[in-house]
Amino acid sequence: MRPGSSGRRVAGMGAAVLVAATGLAACSSQPDGAGAPSAGAGQSAAGGGTYTIWDPYPQYDKSSDWVKLLDTCGTQAGVTVERTGYDTTDLTNKALLAAQQGNSPDVLIVDNPVVSTLAEAGVLTTTEENKLDVTSIAPNLLAAGQLGGKTYGIPIGANTLALYYNKEVLKKAGVDADSVKDWASLTAALEKVKAAGKKGITFSAIGTEEGSFQFLPWFWGSGANLTKLDSPEGVASVALWADWLKKGYAPNSVINNTQTTSWQEFATGDFAFGENGTWQLANAKKTGFDYGIIPIPAKDGGTAPAPTGGEFVSIPVQSDTARYATSQKLVSCLTSTDNSLTTTTTLSYIAPTEAVQTKQVEQNAELKVWVEAVKAAKGRTSDNLGTKYPKISEPMWGAVQAALSGSTAPQEAMAAAQSTAASATQ
Amino acid sequence: MSMSRATRTPARTRSGQWAAWAFLAPVVLYLLIFYAYPLYRNVELSLRNYTVRSFVQGDAPFAGFANYAKVFADATFAPALWHTIVFTVVSLAFQFTIGLALAVFFSRNFRLSATLRALFLVPWLLPLIVSASTWSWMLNSESGVVNAALSWVGAGPVNWLTSPDWSLWSVIIANIWIGIPFNLVVLYSGLQAIPSAVYEAAALDGAGPWQRFWRVTFPLLRPVSAITLLLGLVYTLKVFDIIWIMTKGGPSDASTTLATWSYRLGFGNLLPSFGPGAAVGNLLIVMALVFGLVYIRVQRRQAAA
Repeated sequence: MRPGSSGRRVAGMGAAVLVAATGLAACSSQPDGAGAPSAGAGQSAAGGGTYTIWDPYPQYDKSSDWVKLLDTCGTQAGVTVERTGYDTTDLTNKALLAAQQGNSPDVLIVDNPVVSTLAEAGVLTTTEENKLDVTSIAPNLLAAGQLGGKTYGIPIGANTLALYYNKEVLKKAGVDADSVKDWASLTAALEKVKAAGKKGITFSAIGTEEGSFQFLPWFWGSGANLTKLDSPEGVASVALWADWLKKGYAPNSVINNTQTTSWQEFATGDFAFGENGTWQLANAKKTGFDYGIIPIPAKDGGTAPAPTGGEFVSIPVQSDTARYATSQKLVSCLTSTDNSLTTTTTLSYIAPTEAVQTKQVEQNAELKVWVEAVKAAKGRTSDNLGTKYPKISEPMWGAVQAALSGSTAPQEAMAAAQSTAASATQ
Repeated sequence: MSMSRATRTPARTRSGQWAAWAFLAPVVLYLLIFYAYPLYRNVELSLRNYTVRSFVQGDAPFAGFANYAKVFADATFAPALWHTIVFTVVSLAFQFTIGLALAVFFSRNFRLSATLRALFLVPWLLPLIVSASTWSWMLNSESGVVNAALSWVGAGPVNWLTSPDWSLWSVIIANIWIGIPFNLVVLYSGLQAIPSAVYEAAALDGAGPWQRFWRVTFPLLRPVSAITLLLGLVYTLKVFDIIWIMTKGGPSDASTTLATWSYRLGFGNLLPSFGPGAAVGNLLIVMALVFGLVYIRVQRRQAAA
């Protein structure tokens, strides 16, 4: 039961009615709303009141497993769950606006690099405040939600990037996928594919965060660090891509490719390799050709750390701190070992805990390569970069585009990006 | 009304005034809520130093023109301004010329001219997301139909959207295509207003078709042309969707205009910078306003003459 005097509740109900009557609901924003302006009216019947959850999965409707799971968790916690799905690009600004107006949701599920932005804004509670248990979560995944030694959420699942390959194309070109261990062997394979009259590799280098996301495995795989974009390693990674374009191993269209259009190119069957994510697994089965998946190789061999994708479940700050206890129950329910398997399968993610990862591979052996990729993965905002990351990422994707389009040499492009990033993150 | 009001007592006049205000209230409220307040907020955003934290807590310190200074000093500013000017001027020139040519063509009212004219409206009726996506498919350097056509005639492929030399021209071409119907419709209706007697008189005086156009059509169409160009200018200055869908302003700022830059500052990054974003937006408003004032001045002078 939500604490609060009955007098306040009546007043709240009055206000709610008034708001509904005047039709100004969108403009009215009592900072006192305490998370759920509608909570005052009519929810006493449910016993525990209404708890709001915002997620970036608008593709799931009421009949989906995901929303059913939310309802079940609500019932277990003795409350009614009111869930809204937003487009993921909208959600950051929606969450900031809601916090500004004092009506943040009780539970907020956001893309992992956004966590540090929201934490910086003071929108999210730490695990100390909300008592969430994060001990079983893989540290490399949790790091994306940590800032200044504090943890602001719990990953609901993770996805990352790997290389899909077309078995037929490789066979025709006489390339063994297992021989691709480092950059040199990958480039050699691309050369053979091109010589066989097929196309080498497609990826996404568009001028948005998506482009940085796709570039990072190569950047990190060279041993470079985001705090120094123009290190010899960093320049080498841009030069690798630029070189592929120059030699025709990768099409010029990658400069404007999103991950979806890059996938469409790979799905034509002409390409040997396509850099893409866990989420394309279902589509891969529909392409009509035999495919395989290998981890993205690091420069000198081994698996390159790819950036982690996937969302964090967090509990936004409320003026009524007593709500945290129930919110914590809801989040624990969503991320508990039993439900985590359902959640991650529904969202086609890799689980954030070792125990559930093992179960996932037992159920579907195909996921093994992804589990390994996720283990090697790294959060973009990790290394305590936090909100510095976006300021580095933007010049970085600009530099990649400049080098790929041939307007600037890799060295100069990265040097310019580094000076922009350095002045922005001061 | 005015006559009857003059004969009434002062008390009635006052109540009449109240009634007038009551009639005015909806539009005044509408203007305040949907025009004045957002504009005020945008100006305020641009004058304060907003971080994500101060945005949420509402205690952003007043920063004067620091955001504007930051925007002017940014390496993106000069290219973005230049691209905005090129985009607007080139788009307007072609939209207007082609629109006028088509309007003159259709004003002859041949058979099927109405049907054809309706077909020319299609670009205008399509949602921008549809037309921009279609253009970006057609201009794709790998699988686009334009490059396929070029290869048939023996020309090499052009990296329309991914080359820094071409991307701005690609979005301009798409924008011209989208803007032609507007020019066609307005100029066509302007042509209808020119009395045919003037043409007949000109023909009797021995004016050829070319002379008739330059000596009769063009001067008489001047007021309509002016408003078409002004509306086109305001519209083109703020074009955002086409560019964002086709190139995202890239590759590396090669097709970034002030409008896409403003969006990218405010929303296109994981860490929004509202202040500079609003500042760029305000610059656009000022630019449009300046041309609006120029138009009003010119119109007044014309009316006086």
